[in-house]
Amino acid sequence: MATREFTAHETHAAPQGFIRKWVFSLDHKVIGLQYYFLALTAVFVGMFLSLLMRIHLIWPNISLPLLGEIKPETYLTLVTMHGTIMVFFVLTTAPQGGFGNYFLPIQIGAADMAFPVLNMLSFWVTALAFVVMLGAFFVTGGAPLHGWTGYPPLSAVQSAGPGEGAGADLWIISIALFCIGALMSALNFITTTLDMRTRGMSMMRMPLTCWAWFITAILGLLAFGVLFSAGILLLLDRNAGTSFYVPLTVFSGQVVAHKGGSPLLWQHLFWFFGHPEVYIAILPAMGLCSQLVSVFSRKPIFGYKAMVYAMLSIGLLGFMVWGHHMFMSGMSPYTAFAFSIMTMAIGVPSAIKTFNWLGTLWGGRIRFASPMLFAIGFVSLFVSGGISGPFLAQPTLDIPLHDTAFVTGHFHLIMGVASIFGIFAATYYWFPKMFGRMMNESLARWHFWLTFVGTYCIFMPMHYAGMAGQPRRYSQFTELHYLEKLIPLNTFITFSAFVTISAQFIFLVNLFWSMKAGKKASDNPWEATTLEWTTATPPPHDNFGGHAPTVYNGPYEYGVPGAPQDFVMQTDPRTVAAH
Amino acid sequence: MASYTPTVSIDDPATSTDANGGSPPAWVDGGDDFHSRPFDARLRRARLGLFVGVVGIVMIFVSFTSAYVVRQGLPTFDSRTNSLVHDWIPAPLPKLLLVNTLVLLLSSVTIELARRRAARNAALAQVPSIPGVSIRGDEKISWLALTLTLGLLFLAGQAMAWRELAASGFYISATPSSSFVFLLTGMHGVHLLGGVIALLIAGLGSVLHRSPQSQLILVDITGWYWHFMAVLWVYILILLEFVR
Repeated sequence: MATREFTAHETHAAPQGFIRKWVFSLDHKVIGLQYYFLALTAVFVGMFLSLLMRIHLIWPNISLPLLGEIKPETYLTLVTMHGTIMVFFVLTTAPQGGFGNYFLPIQIGAADMAFPVLNMLSFWVTALAFVVMLGAFFVTGGAPLHGWTGYPPLSAVQSAGPGEGAGADLWIISIALFCIGALMSALNFITTTLDMRTRGMSMMRMPLTCWAWFITAILGLLAFGVLFSAGILLLLDRNAGTSFYVPLTVFSGQVVAHKGGSPLLWQHLFWFFGHPEVYIAILPAMGLCSQLVSVFSRKPIFGYKAMVYAMLSIGLLGFMVWGHHMFMSGMSPYTAFAFSIMTMAIGVPSAIKTFNWLGTLWGGRIRFASPMLFAIGFVSLFVSGGISGPFLAQPTLDIPLHDTAFVTGHFHLIMGVASIFGIFAATYYWFPKMFGRMMNESLARWHFWLTFVGTYCIFMPMHYAGMAGQPRRYSQFTELHYLEKLIPLNTFITFSAFVTISAQFIFLVNLFWSMKAGKKASDNPWEATTLEWTTATPPPHDNFGGHAPTVYNGPYEYGVPGAPQDFVMQTDPRTVAAH
Repeated sequence: MASYTPTVSIDDPATSTDANGGSPPAWVDGGDDFHSRPFDARLRRARLGLFVGVVGIVMIFVSFTSAYVVRQGLPTFDSRTNSLVHDWIPAPLPKLLLVNTLVLLLSSVTIELARRRAARNAALAQVPSIPGVSIRGDEKISWLALTLTLGLLFLAGQAMAWRELAASGFYISATPSSSFVFLLTGMHGVHLLGGVIALLIAGLGSVLHRSPQSQLILVDITGWYWHFMAVLWVYILILLEFVR
């Protein structure tokens, strides 16, 4: 392998001492792990909140140990905090901050991210945001109840509800901090991808994971600034008496000290961020799925360029469709029509991706290892969650379905569970590289099947419940006569949630047990071609032991005729014809 | 279909690196890409990072602009008359803002001089080590310190303009337009404060005798950021003055 030494500016000295090595580390690998474990903590908090919600929905009056009875306003608090924690601190944090940080530099052959100090700051600002967010539970009045979308005037008026005092302030501050962290991180990812690629690593030789992280970073750069602005305006409305969002309103019989603001302004700003945010959550999973489907089918990815352009167009279109979240807001039907058409256009690149994944699987010598199971699970969830998108994209259908459990089912399948499957797949795939050991395959299979079937059992019935008219965000529906017939279905969903959540402890046990006692992993256990598998396991401080690799091949050279093995590493000097 | 050759291990000739950023390393390495000139690569990377960061900040002000423009045309419900009314009363901008603008534009000139001097110092870093050659110093004026002073002067001027505005009845929550004036000037001020901190760090660098090249990178990106702040301010001023 032709190599070249890293120059001084590309790397930094290996840190000594626990604090510099594991806490305030500049090493992208440690920062990646920090992000990952932050997300892991957050996901268990978020999951616990969802369990409380499911319990409350079918047994609204029972008293829980320690927590007592869940009151309607507490239920809204649970909705808010579950959504916020999951969207920001799990779906945005783990795939991009966690795996992106760890593997982007390695996969492009760099010694670290472009700005290591900034990288460290991004993580610590994000971690601080998480602490502030959790702090909202403990202040007077408790956590806010305005939902993760934080619509004013509920979110903008201190007296609007029990959690809308200090709790809501902390919520907004946390979101603003998160935006700052995400912006710094996006800056780092973009610069790293553009400027740190090793010799021979052209853009079109990057693994699709890198493309996904790169495009996600661009989306983050353009979207989080807007959310930050929206949050600043909200803070000013709450604390400086301005009226950006608050119209002349009456709350509990009292006229608020605002006039002339527009709640719709928040919705526009929020969803201009909010829709790209959906892709920020799912694009890394798409990139990873492409990677895994190719590795475990032992075939080149079907349509590499099409995959890249599809991701780019999904990113671009993602900025033009925010209005489809606002069909209910009294939007002009002509505007709604335009947003509807743009939204349905996203079906085209999404279908291109799906068919390319299927095309890659077709005729492959498929190895059903646990990462592959989760990758195929992702494709399945992406299709079943995505297919209801074109339904909701039509104003005529969205208006009856919008405030029902149908939407809950839709976005949980596509944005929540599909992205989570991406995170699981990434964990099983890269665990050997990160910790030098293999995860237990039988436990992984148990985890996969229970989670796969379990999540379908939870979220598919929600579509039916929604079509039958079950509203979302209602704390209590069991006493509504017209929904009585849905109680057994909801009981089924809650029990499915019990089982699925229990299955996650299999994952947790597997994760920590394998770190200590898993089978030792070789440098390239999956026989994959990308750069992270050319280096030691776990990678040394500067990733390649002082030598930058040179890249000769594309990332998906599987089943190459004439090659001694069925795969050709990216670093193997090439005489392989391009295809 | 071409045939496949097995992996060969060819190490490039040893290359020298200079961790202190003093003299450029003597690369034996063909030198086909920017990696072979560490300093240029660092400068390029820093500028790219800054440019990407500027895009992020631009998005913040794009959203404020859109909110500002939309709010102007938005009628609001008046419960006393039960009708929709237009309540946009433009806030009178203090004349002081023009003085502040001049100060900021002047500081943009001084930081450019600082940037060019840093570039010159970096380029001539090797010269004093050549026996018998010296360079005439023109270090009498510290352009960095001057920029810092002008920057602080601008911020003080902005604070005075705020007071003047509030004294005339247009305090932050008084009218929708005054809210936006405070918002836009305030957010610009916060970002300029970031530039001031960068200037302080750059100034610290010259006091601490960092290598001229590291110093150049610091001054260079601070300079570009500062220019961006000046352009942003002119944009905000035009927005507040002419779109009202």
